[in-house]
Amino acid sequence: MNTLPITEADLHAFVDGKLPAARRLEVDAYLAQRPEEAERLRAYTAQNEELRALFNPVLDEAVPERLSAARPRQWQWQRLVAGLAIALFSGTTGWLLHGQQAGEIQYAQGDSMQARPALYVAGLAHQAAIAHVVYSPDVKRPVEIGADQEEQLVAWLSKRLGTAIRPPRLGKLGYELIGGRLLPGAQGAVAQFMYHDATGQRLTLYVSTDQAHNKDTGFRFAQEGPVNVFYWIDGKFGYALSAGTNKAELARVATAVYDQLEKPS
Amino acid sequence: MPNSRDQLLACIPRLRRYARALVGDRSGADDLVQDTVERGWARLTSWEGGSDMRAWLFSIMHNLRIDQVRRPSVLTETLNEETSMATALGSPSSGLELRDMETALRALPEEQREILLLVALEEMSYDDVAQTLKIPIGTVMSRLSRAREKMRANMEGRAYIAPLKVVK
Repeated sequence: MNTLPITEADLHAFVDGKLPAARRLEVDAYLAQRPEEAERLRAYTAQNEELRALFNPVLDEAVPERLSAARPRQWQWQRLVAGLAIALFSGTTGWLLHGQQAGEIQYAQGDSMQARPALYVAGLAHQAAIAHVVYSPDVKRPVEIGADQEEQLVAWLSKRLGTAIRPPRLGKLGYELIGGRLLPGAQGAVAQFMYHDATGQRLTLYVSTDQAHNKDTGFRFAQEGPVNVFYWIDGKFGYALSAGTNKAELARVATAVYDQLEKPS
Repeated sequence: MPNSRDQLLACIPRLRRYARALVGDRSGADDLVQDTVERGWARLTSWEGGSDMRAWLFSIMHNLRIDQVRRPSVLTETLNEETSMATALGSPSSGLELRDMETALRALPEEQREILLLVALEEMSYDDVAQTLKIPIGTVMSRLSRAREKMRANMEGRAYIAPLKVVK
């Protein structure tokens, strides 16, 4: 035959319907002489068809709202703040309404703790929740350095984390700093600041500086047993705010924390 | 002409189909899509209008996926209802199980699986696959070839034997 030799690439293009008609005829002729090759290509064609049969139904599924509503970070914050305004105005109803608008905030609940892509980010929430549960019930020694030695605490943690870090002030929200401690994180040192309100309710802020490999996330919420956690990634920093309080209260504090971090004093 | 926002939204079902086939479990796949879409929104300005948005989004997803797979914490996947003990422990492969399409797909190395899926599901041209994954076309063809032959061997319940180069 006076044609170019048939290559493996031609055979795949034949399977995928990517050959020009003339070349296709040549491959047909080639296969007519080689039943084993023809059989092999039939199997490949069947694979294509089976894969489509298996996964094409996904195209017809309703797209979860968290996907179609996913937006860059600023959007999430705007919506969060809008949601909070409603929440503060009308209590829980407002929060629930907000939750419907921004499905991505709730998605970290429940099964996504096991979900792979969110795993590391969710791992932050998990570690923070454990640290909260371990240290916050401690009556005698909940922190390593108390708020009465705040300058020392700040200097020490900044040195150990290798970056300037200062506990946000939450007095206006009714939370006073108790102090802080150094903890081992997944990759290195992590800081934990502890606060309490007038009723003795404790709240911890977990700050990790080894999140550079994670992209920024919006606010995410996770529930670890009795502990609620709000967490987010911002550059190399990962923040997780944990407490036994309800979600709306925690979101209120998280917003204040975020605001102070955005405008370093 | 539809604006870029609508174009991006229109790609989501295809991203989901591909991610489901690539990752396997539904919530993990949708998390990957969510991350892809978020990154897509954030970088929408860097997308050159007129170029193929689908290929651009698949590139983003591919890069995200590489980061995930490289991340060691992926190994600590927790068990839930979707992850039965059998799959988590790696079920002993009987001939019968191997004939199952999805199991055979799962058994492929990810670098081969993604190419097979872009070709079979997305019906991308080989050049587009090479561009999307930033690899040479020759690599695309050899991986596609190995993926298909491995799948065939698995479906027929026999071991895959790496082919010798045929010298003509």
